[in-house]
Amino acid sequence: MAQLSVTDLSKTYPNGFTAVHPCSFEIEPGEFVVLVGPSGCGKSTLLRMIAGLEEITTGEMRIGDRVVNDVDPAHRDIAMVFQNYALYPHMTVRKNIAYGLRNRKVPAGEIAQRVTQAAEMLNLTDYLDRRPSQLSGGQRQRVAMGRAIVRDPALFLFDEPLSNLDAKLRNQMRIEIRALQRRLGVTSVYVTHDQVEAMTMADRIFVLNDGRIEQIGTPSEIYHRPASTFVASFMGAPPMNLLSGRGTGNGAVALDGGQAVPVPLDTESNRPVLLGLRPEDMALDGAGPIAFDIEIVEELGAHRLLHGRLSEQPFTVSVSKDTEVGTGPARLSARPGAVNLFCAEKGHRL
Amino acid sequence: MKRARFDHRLLPVMLLVPQLTIIAIFFYWPAWNAVHSSFYLQDPFGFGSQFVGMDNYTRLWTSSEYMRVARFTLVFTLLVTGLSLGLALLLAVKADKVIRGARTYRTLLMWVYAVAPPVAGLIGVALFDQNIGAITDLFAALGYDYRLGVSYSDTALAMVVVSVWIQTPVNFIFFLSGLQSIPKPVLEAARIDNPSGFRRFWEVTFPLLAPTAFFLLIINITYSLFDTFGIIDTLVKNNPASNPMTLVYKVFIDGFRGNDIGGSAAQSVVLMVLVLILTVFQFRLLERRIHYT
Repeated sequence: MAQLSVTDLSKTYPNGFTAVHPCSFEIEPGEFVVLVGPSGCGKSTLLRMIAGLEEITTGEMRIGDRVVNDVDPAHRDIAMVFQNYALYPHMTVRKNIAYGLRNRKVPAGEIAQRVTQAAEMLNLTDYLDRRPSQLSGGQRQRVAMGRAIVRDPALFLFDEPLSNLDAKLRNQMRIEIRALQRRLGVTSVYVTHDQVEAMTMADRIFVLNDGRIEQIGTPSEIYHRPASTFVASFMGAPPMNLLSGRGTGNGAVALDGGQAVPVPLDTESNRPVLLGLRPEDMALDGAGPIAFDIEIVEELGAHRLLHGRLSEQPFTVSVSKDTEVGTGPARLSARPGAVNLFCAEKGHRL
Repeated sequence: MKRARFDHRLLPVMLLVPQLTIIAIFFYWPAWNAVHSSFYLQDPFGFGSQFVGMDNYTRLWTSSEYMRVARFTLVFTLLVTGLSLGLALLLAVKADKVIRGARTYRTLLMWVYAVAPPVAGLIGVALFDQNIGAITDLFAALGYDYRLGVSYSDTALAMVVVSVWIQTPVNFIFFLSGLQSIPKPVLEAARIDNPSGFRRFWEVTFPLLAPTAFFLLIINITYSLFDTFGIIDTLVKNNPASNPMTLVYKVFIDGFRGNDIGGSAAQSVVLMVLVLILTVFQFRLLERRIHYT
């Protein structure tokens, strides 16, 4: 049985704006699901509907086997970690963590024990009697985590919990959260706009755009077989190259700028398509079939990005740090199986 | 903080002079005068005065009339402060939840603030008036013979009601802005942590509102003690004999109606000391329990 199942769920605000178009999905017990998308795509609204902080316009939501559409947030058996931590500034760390338990009539002895345990897990033991204002950003983040894990809920909800931390701390907390979730085995829904967080943390990724779920899949599926040009360009840094052209009907795409690129797929003759190629799936190859004009070489240490033009369309290639390369004309070949084709009008995968 | 540096010695002094002059003329000088006069017995016609030491003060302690006014002032201050704060908090919490037409609703609630205290007193008089007052009629309909300016408790009721009415909007504005500055996610976290809206308010919302509430408490006590003068003056209609009044109003009555400058001055000094003690007490005891974030 799914831990969270959603049927035809949608959200329309009183002003007529539809933040989430009807969608259905199920989340399995213990799964870590990441909702990712640009700002305003409806991912936070969806999460807040799961939390009970936003009303559900249509559809049905179940946590476990219970319909929770009209259940109060406090009774949904969920815990949420907010973007700016949302700690109670007038309470000590200990009271912050214990607050949710106290209101659920957990015996005092058990509260103390669970708080101590959570504090140990999060290295907060020395800070239990401090107030949030006396803690650093990373420590506050941990307290917010502590407040969630101490409850041992059916569902963890994370609303961009790392976006207020600096890059180094973010990487560290990313791993910690994932490890903690694995250890506790609690089903989690995690919202972020950072595709790296989505790729590294998720069991499954939901990519959202304009209030619609564009694709649901494992990080690998999302990355290698994007369902639309939106997913293709949103996931991955640098993003997938999208070249416009037309199908030739005989296993090639004629690019708008002139060249024909062979593709291992059938292409309907004369149909406008977008050819998607990941920068790292391209290789410099003196005998390669594709001509590329390198304009800028970007040095990133671990690898180099070559920015230039392919049939007059902007194109980026990523090569390893050992490849010596300068600006000017070059030949490319694509790794087999790396070619993605999308409908040029609607953007869906062909 | 950055320290300002002046090239010229005289400039900072010149900058301070206007402020210091105002304080000296309107505070130190009258305060000194009051302390000075409180040790003298003045000729009612202003021809001379005689040093009487602490007589004016001992006269206050032994005056049952003064003690009666002091007791009324205490009750009055507690009632006005408590009611206007409580009512404003209730209105602010409710107004904070209004979404549709919120601006109009809030403006309507703040309107009363624009009414000057004597005008409020006059409106109060009209409402409580013996012949035309709507509230008097209401009491009559309930079978009670309400007499403003005649019955001690009836006048006291009018005083409290009008004073609370005029002060509530100020408190409302402060409470509302205080409520709106509480971060929404904190309240949402509380919604997940605590199913009881009532307890959520007292355990999360109110503590975050405490700095505002503390500030308002001081402002309201000062208001009840001093700024209700205009209201009281209008309601007792220069006929204070059997009517309730506050200590501040008694200073005025004894000094300017009774021409007892010395006794009136002694009362002002007592008031000054009282306010001083009260303020120190509030800051020492209450503020310690407040967390500014």
